[in-house]
Amino acid sequence: MMHQEGEVLAVNQVSVSFSGRTVLQDVGFTLRAGEFCGLIGANGSGKTTLLRAILGSQALDAGSVRIGCSDGGRLPSRGSSIGYVPQTKSLDPYMPVRARDVVALGFDGNRLGLPLPSRARRNRVDEMLKAVNASHFAQQRIGNLSGGEQQRVLIAHALVRRPRLLLLDEPLANLDMRSAAEIVAVLHQLSVKYLITVLLSAHDMNPLLPAMDRVVYLANGHAVSGKTDEVIRTDVLSRLYGYHIDVIRVHGRVLVIAAAAPGDILAAIEKHPAHVAPVP
Amino acid sequence: MIFASGFFASDPVHTAMIIGGVAALVSGVVGVFTVMRGQSFAGHALADVSSAGGSAAFLLGINPLLGFLGMAVIAAGGMELADARLVRERDLVTGIAVGAGLGLAALLLYFDVTFTSTTGAAVTVMFGSMFSIPPTIIPLALAVGLAALTISALFYRPLLLVSLSPELAEVQGVRVRLTGLLYLLVLAFTVSLSAMTVGAILSTALLIGPAATALRLAKRPGQAIAIAVLIGVGATWGGILLAYDSFYWTPGHGWPVSFFIVSLIFIFYVIVAAVPERIWLRKHGVSVRAGVDTRTGSA
Repeated sequence: MMHQEGEVLAVNQVSVSFSGRTVLQDVGFTLRAGEFCGLIGANGSGKTTLLRAILGSQALDAGSVRIGCSDGGRLPSRGSSIGYVPQTKSLDPYMPVRARDVVALGFDGNRLGLPLPSRARRNRVDEMLKAVNASHFAQQRIGNLSGGEQQRVLIAHALVRRPRLLLLDEPLANLDMRSAAEIVAVLHQLSVKYLITVLLSAHDMNPLLPAMDRVVYLANGHAVSGKTDEVIRTDVLSRLYGYHIDVIRVHGRVLVIAAAAPGDILAAIEKHPAHVAPVP
Repeated sequence: MIFASGFFASDPVHTAMIIGGVAALVSGVVGVFTVMRGQSFAGHALADVSSAGGSAAFLLGINPLLGFLGMAVIAAGGMELADARLVRERDLVTGIAVGAGLGLAALLLYFDVTFTSTTGAAVTVMFGSMFSIPPTIIPLALAVGLAALTISALFYRPLLLVSLSPELAEVQGVRVRLTGLLYLLVLAFTVSLSAMTVGAILSTALLIGPAATALRLAKRPGQAIAIAVLIGVGATWGGILLAYDSFYWTPGHGWPVSFFIVSLIFIFYVIVAAVPERIWLRKHGVSVRAGVDTRTGSA
């Protein structure tokens, strides 16, 4: 694929399988600087696998992943070109680590030796804490913070080395609606202010709609991608799922519903068992 | 009576204070990581298995620290080779290692008692007897302690990051497995030192107790380490003093040092655990969060 101006991530015809089962097949899409992209799919649709493939920690059966201008490979330097927020369980409240320590570990946590005081580190940590609106609880122990607050600190941790691409694995899972909206607003601000490309996986796209420029929709191991309005459509998703899907918009919210009668889904499963996926 | 005369003039007291101080210092530093990584049981297992080495040293008449150290390192290597990823699986592997190590210790201690008639060997190996530590051990103890502290300092940040989340560490290019292996080696060094001090069975108390207390008090990792070291060294030297004094409480029969050390650590922990956390940490989380709520609510 030709390299395009401003292209930050190019996923080319990526296929991944685990012990004979195809998880991703010919998945391809590109993202440009500052784009906010939702990676949408049901549980088990391969969202985490795709993120790990982009990170370089998942071997590919076929295809390639290119970050920025350089050709991808298993480079340790991906740590500074990609920020990653893994799906987290809540952290131990007795960890003697403050929110700002977590961000500082993002800056130079892989270095050997004791961390000597450094003005550069301090300023960058302060800046990132401010950017995710976490300055007022920076001195709190990370385990004592709420889920949304922990998530914001982890975003600052991922961004403190100024990567161009930020990957987040289900950051809104286990968050109440308000905290989820706050996270999306913070990420949107960051993508605009620092021109960071955000790729965020979720099983529900609704909290993302205010910020989402593009979407990669996964089902059956295949992906469709494009501008949100081009993908979240009855015909496009029906083709992806292999049976009729209704996309309904109500008060700015999107509902994706398997509108077919249960009998139709059974018929589709009989026809192409491998190509029928559950609706998220 | 506190501070019985001759305390600072006594050679066994000097040796005990040096060995105990080094063991408590290293245990405080390493223990904080042990508790953060949830590896208290692994620490206990290494110490238990090291008791077989201590018993063998008595039988062979070699430096007991060398015995503890050798066996703890072998156990650490074995646990790494077993490479158990699941918590439950790791618990099982650790438990089986404890059984095997203590079984071997039972045999060797039996030989110690029957063949070499060192009747005190079992108590010394398992529960420590600090006033009978030969001063010739000091150089090796200092070297082992220095090695443990150096590796801990070198891998301070990667260890913290892995304790926080192995996944985050991996993304940053930290070699998670290598870090874990080095940490296990440091843990083996540490428990062999504390096995010399309070005995193999009680060495977990010196490793975990001060660290667990510190984790309730500290907000920062450096602070936690400093508090754990203070409590550990304080309890150890305090225990030595009380044990020395105890010769005068029940004339002719002093009480064991280990009893006092472990009791002091336990008392510290109970006091700290009884006081609500917000008093120690001076948390204003509640009021701050309430403030944010009002702001966004009115906006």
